[in-house]
Amino acid sequence: MTQLALVIDLNVCVGCHACVTSCKQWNTSGTAGPLPDQRPYDDDPSGVFFNRVQTYEVGCFPDTETVHFPKSCLHCEDPPCVPVCPTGASYKREDNGVVLVDYDKCIGCKYCSWACPYGAREFDENNKVMKKCTLCIDRITDMSLPEEERKPACVMACPTSARIYGDVHDPESAASKAIREEGGYQLQPEWGTKPANHYLPRRKQQIHISEEELVRADNPLRKEDEVPFDQQSETLDDVAW
Amino acid sequence: MHPAFSVIFLTTLIGIGQGLFLALYTGQVYSLANLLPGQDSQGFYALGGLVALVFLVAGLFASFFHLGHPERAWRAASQWRTSWLSREVIVLPVFMLLVFLFALVHYLGWTQPLFTVSDALVVDLSLIIGFIASIVAFALYICTAMIYASLKFLKEWHSPLTVVNYTFLGLASGFMLAAAFSAYKGIDLVAFFGTWAVIFTLTAAIGRVASLMRNRQLRNQYDLSSAIGVRHPQLAQQTQGFLGGSFNTREFFHHKSAGFVNNVRRLFLLLVFIVPVVLIAASYFLQSEVLPMAAFAFQYLGLMAERWYFFAEAKHPQNMYYQQIA
Ligand code: SF4
Ligand code: SF4
Repeated sequence: MTQLALVIDLNVCVGCHACVTSCKQWNTSGTAGPLPDQRPYDDDPSGVFFNRVQTYEVGCFPDTETVHFPKSCLHCEDPPCVPVCPTGASYKREDNGVVLVDYDKCIGCKYCSWACPYGAREFDENNKVMKKCTLCIDRITDMSLPEEERKPACVMACPTSARIYGDVHDPESAASKAIREEGGYQLQPEWGTKPANHYLPRRKQQIHISEEELVRADNPLRKEDEVPFDQQSETLDDVAW
Repeated sequence: MHPAFSVIFLTTLIGIGQGLFLALYTGQVYSLANLLPGQDSQGFYALGGLVALVFLVAGLFASFFHLGHPERAWRAASQWRTSWLSREVIVLPVFMLLVFLFALVHYLGWTQPLFTVSDALVVDLSLIIGFIASIVAFALYICTAMIYASLKFLKEWHSPLTVVNYTFLGLASGFMLAAAFSAYKGIDLVAFFGTWAVIFTLTAAIGRVASLMRNRQLRNQYDLSSAIGVRHPQLAQQTQGFLGGSFNTREFFHHKSAGFVNNVRRLFLLLVFIVPVVLIAASYFLQSEVLPMAAFAFQYLGLMAERWYFFAEAKHPQNMYYQQIA
């Protein structure tokens, strides 16, 4: 069985909120939309987002580090939000494991949001239905898009590639590899919800440098003694400004 | 959790409706066994059934204010296999129909004996309908309470005590209303219903205090560190991801001070359990018909405070991600 999910790398997330805004843009204009705001320019703004980025400070000053923590529905494999729904509006897709709300069936009783321990669902005050991350179901299942674009909007937007998307049940997927090799973890696994989304922890940076990268390919300013090749003819660097 | 008035009214009002019906039916069974004087079908049982129905309808009406799309409420009957809310949505109308039939049968006077069981128990139509309705009334208490008790992440609710309390608080207030109703009608069942109301009130007090004590012992099995999965003793939230409020900061927190919440608890303990018992006791001696009505009124006010506290008391784990309300 396929279980699509996100693997979010806390090691590289810079907290730029590109995923938040691209999510809001795509989903407001897509099948999940709109994601309305209330009083967006006033003192007390509010609105529906599928994805929020929070920021935490770890450690004691001056030895502190900042961790940005993107937070959205984890598409649990055993989602407590689904069985409690009285209308069947909340469901988990059989084919790819994405947890969705059918906005035409939802009566807006908010019971599902009480059952989700992660606070991943948000009530839409304008349309009076429950909304949540769809993993951009209208992108990832749209066969008219080129394959590299069949990804959630947040994944496409992330400038640091902190969001890895894939099937966590396929051991060969990039998502599964990242979980396996980089110490991926679930949020509160003891709750038994089996979140499909994983997070990659802060870890020691490893830079991979190969031998060739240490040797200069050219030497335009001739500042160093070692000249990589004999100066028979001019290179492009020699003539360009 | 944020206490919503629609749900406070729903749960308290239907609890009274169920309790009042059960009181009426208890009265009918007692008089059948000649333990109580028989009552007038129309004036007592039909009218009493109507009053119970009014409370049930009022509760149902209040519940619609909780829904974003009340016009789709019928859909909520579909997931009875898994959802206690769905089960309540089915059982409540069934119970209302049965109470309506019970009142109607009494009103039309269709109370001729249908058959007699072992020459002693005279069975008529109202007795049969009432019997089924009584079972459904208890099923409804269970459904209503299980909506909350089944949510395993809300530890304050996830306990059999929730079911016990919903049941006994409903019974207490329903019998209290029956006593008030008898006093109002000038029927000498005030002592009977009043005694039962006091018994149920005291039982409910034991259950409610037990749950208060249990919830006081509860310790979070999670903290900020486990919530975000960063194992470090020093963690502080710097931003919650947005400037203003959101559903997450509104729905899961009462936004009142700890002192206010404590006062609500003291208030409901006084109004639900102490004042009505004192008033009923006083009404025995003073033969007053106002006191049972006052007892019911105070208990209902107290029940609203009790339900408010019930919601406010429950700490949702999602609040960990919003340290300002955690
Ligand atoms: S994170 Fe919450 S809303 Fe999403 S699947 Fe899990 S329980 Fe449901
Ligand atoms: S708010 Fe909608 S999706 Fe959630 S439990 Fe109620 S009907 Fe189901």
